[in-house]
Amino acid sequence: MGAYIVRRLLATFPVMAVVAVFVFLLLRLAPGDPAALIAGDDATSADIDAIRAKLGLDLPIWEQFVLWIADILRGDLGVSIFSNLPVTVLIGQRLEPTLMLMLATLFVAVTLAIPLGVLAAWKARTAIDRIVMVFSVLGFAVPVFLAGYVLIYVFSIQLRWLPVQGYRPLAQGLWPCLQGLILPAIALGTTYMALIARITRASMLEVLAQDYIRTANAKGLATRRVLLLHALKNASVPIVTVIGIGIALLISGVVITETVFNIPGLGRLTVDAVLKRDYPIVQGLILVFAGVKVLINLMIDLSYVFLDPRIRY
Amino acid sequence: MGRTKSVFRGVLLGSVSALFLVHAAATPASGESVLRASMHADVRTLDPHWTTQTIAGIHGMLVYDTLFGVDDELVPKPQMVGDYKISDDRKTYTFTLREGLKFHDGTPVTTNDVIASLKRWGAKDQAARAMMGYVSALEKVDERTFRMVLTEPYGLVLDTLGKTGTMVPIIMREKDAKTEGNAQVTEAIGSGPFRMLKEQWVPGSKTVYVKNADYVPRKEAPSGFSGAKVPRVDRIELLWIADAQTRMQALIAGEIDFLEQPSVDFVPILEQTPNVKVIRTGSVDSHWGTIRINHLHPPFDKPEARQALYHLVKQEDFLQTIVGNPQYYRVCYSFITCGTAYADETGKEQVGDYNPKKALEKLKAAGYKNEPISVLAATDHHTITPASQVLLASMRAAGINVDAVSIDWGSVVARRAKREKPEAGGWNIFVTTSSGVSSLNPALNTWLGAGCEKANVGWPCDEELDRLRAQFAFAGSVEERKQIARKIQERAVHVVPYIIFGQWTQPLAYRSDKIDGIVPVTGTTVFWNIAKKG
Repeated sequence: MGAYIVRRLLATFPVMAVVAVFVFLLLRLAPGDPAALIAGDDATSADIDAIRAKLGLDLPIWEQFVLWIADILRGDLGVSIFSNLPVTVLIGQRLEPTLMLMLATLFVAVTLAIPLGVLAAWKARTAIDRIVMVFSVLGFAVPVFLAGYVLIYVFSIQLRWLPVQGYRPLAQGLWPCLQGLILPAIALGTTYMALIARITRASMLEVLAQDYIRTANAKGLATRRVLLLHALKNASVPIVTVIGIGIALLISGVVITETVFNIPGLGRLTVDAVLKRDYPIVQGLILVFAGVKVLINLMIDLSYVFLDPRIRY
Repeated sequence: MGRTKSVFRGVLLGSVSALFLVHAAATPASGESVLRASMHADVRTLDPHWTTQTIAGIHGMLVYDTLFGVDDELVPKPQMVGDYKISDDRKTYTFTLREGLKFHDGTPVTTNDVIASLKRWGAKDQAARAMMGYVSALEKVDERTFRMVLTEPYGLVLDTLGKTGTMVPIIMREKDAKTEGNAQVTEAIGSGPFRMLKEQWVPGSKTVYVKNADYVPRKEAPSGFSGAKVPRVDRIELLWIADAQTRMQALIAGEIDFLEQPSVDFVPILEQTPNVKVIRTGSVDSHWGTIRINHLHPPFDKPEARQALYHLVKQEDFLQTIVGNPQYYRVCYSFITCGTAYADETGKEQVGDYNPKKALEKLKAAGYKNEPISVLAATDHHTITPASQVLLASMRAAGINVDAVSIDWGSVVARRAKREKPEAGGWNIFVTTSSGVSSLNPALNTWLGAGCEKANVGWPCDEELDRLRAQFAFAGSVEERKQIARKIQERAVHVVPYIIFGQWTQPLAYRSDKIDGIVPVTGTTVFWNIAKKG
């Protein structure tokens, strides 16, 4: 097990190297120029060239890449072209809102989706099953931004129960923080809830058809015990996989939710940096996202050992 | 391992500071009056002279002060300057600073700071460069008095020092002003009415300012950028809310007090919302729309081909599409902002003659052989994108072979600087907008420049137009300037440095139950004199 973890961690380095090359080239080869954006409308070509030189963007691409990699190896993700702040500080500023949104969304999604999936599987091909599945399809189909606007209109504008936008850090108290997360977590969580509920149902149906479940039922075990202890545990590997993928997606993929609810997280930081061609931020973020995804995948794989004793590394 | 630790340390440091320093301190003290304003962009840099972004100018006007400021009638009035004298030959200006001016770090503002700031700004801004081209000396007389000596009687010195919008001539500390022009000043220590709390700055989200208790406002009533700039709230939070609908809902719910640029689509909703007021910003329209033409490549290297494009533009179509409400727009055929002193609509019969069929005929007569016309069409801008689509529709309706290059605005900005032929990565046409105050006169309006390689992108090349612009700057009276402005208009209609598609005002909205005292100004937003109610 220990050797496996070490092997997997070592495999992270080539993955990160490929990501680094890819993101660097992608940004440099894409159209756009931060120097032109900084210089503005009245700038002459000489003005733009001077800014480009100041930013080191006039150097050959390979030289820019070598300088960047050298910084990365020193543990320096660079400095934002626009704000002049270190990328690590900017990421640090945005980490808490994204993590809190992610946790709130997962809480909403998992706590509702698994019971619904189990229920749908237990009552397969009944009205309850169909209602749950229709709900799942809707959860998938309704765009997050639309769900967000509807939630804001109902709960913030009409009922005045919750704030329209913004994020209050945990340092200001748990409830103020949660108040700003309830609507975005519901809007975003609905999609994940639908995904997890469908996977739970499918996985449970497969397990419920197994002989040992029939045996457990024949022994007279309570339905709840059969479903939760015998079936759900054995159906959990695909469910955990989907939840894990969800976590990875949530870290970098919450742009729309963060935009609609004005949550200053990593998603917004990424989009703003891309639009401004703030290369160091985009490069730093993609590397961090890639690293996090690799680690999450490793954790998912390791969790299988605890969920299914037959799996060994 | 140590290197990885370093990255983690950075992220951790940021997180911890975000959690315990920034956010804990970010909570306004109880009883503080806080103005929350949603802006059109986030404050991205601390240095107002580093970039031409309007938001950098807004930040500059909060933190710093200026020597002059224009009033409601756009007349420059002394601001940091107490007295000034102009020599009889109009070549020597002597300025004396007001008493009691102090930077936020407590040090007095001296002429050393002023001279260093003017030199830095003078190397960056186009209007400043034009003026500084005639400045032979900036001399310190004493700690509060300095002299500007000119080689020629350049007539726009005070107008240039009172420039508003972007690249405003703010005065920073000498040590900051000595930063090279293309490097950023990393502190925000000014002498303006508000002090920035740099440690609470979250780029892309929030910028916080607090009242400068040491600020000494002028005695005159506030008027535009002149008169008393009184900080009447304890704290200002400039917020960047990316989504237009969320911004509107936040104002309706009372979570923000001030919405700088509500989307025009939402203005009717806001106008009907209790306790929300929508007002015009300043006496001059805030924006004008332009179609920029590349003069380097056929067919638009010939004036006849450029003139043919006049027949593709029905300003009402553009303005209805991007603004909608006639209350906020006007048709304008002047190269100088309509509604201001030097506006002149000579030639409007030609400029306003919408006739797509005639456009194609004239283009063909000018040598157009149905080659693709490369139009850079931004896909992500709330006004430029729809305006580009109106132009493309008009060109297609005329039967012109259009190559619509749909890219984001950042890519348009990069590509428009390329002088290559369109087929080699260059361009023929792009659409953009400018600030109304950037074209108050022909000298300020750099897009009228026709200095070939030295001109703005599009590189218009016409000696006569440039000669007239220079002549304007030396005119001795307003009447004389108006006559020259008319000649410039006539020449520009012939040369077609660009085509105007109208002008409009971006309204602002605020909670009338929560704040009052807004000073409407054009081209930027100011926060002095705004007070919280109750």
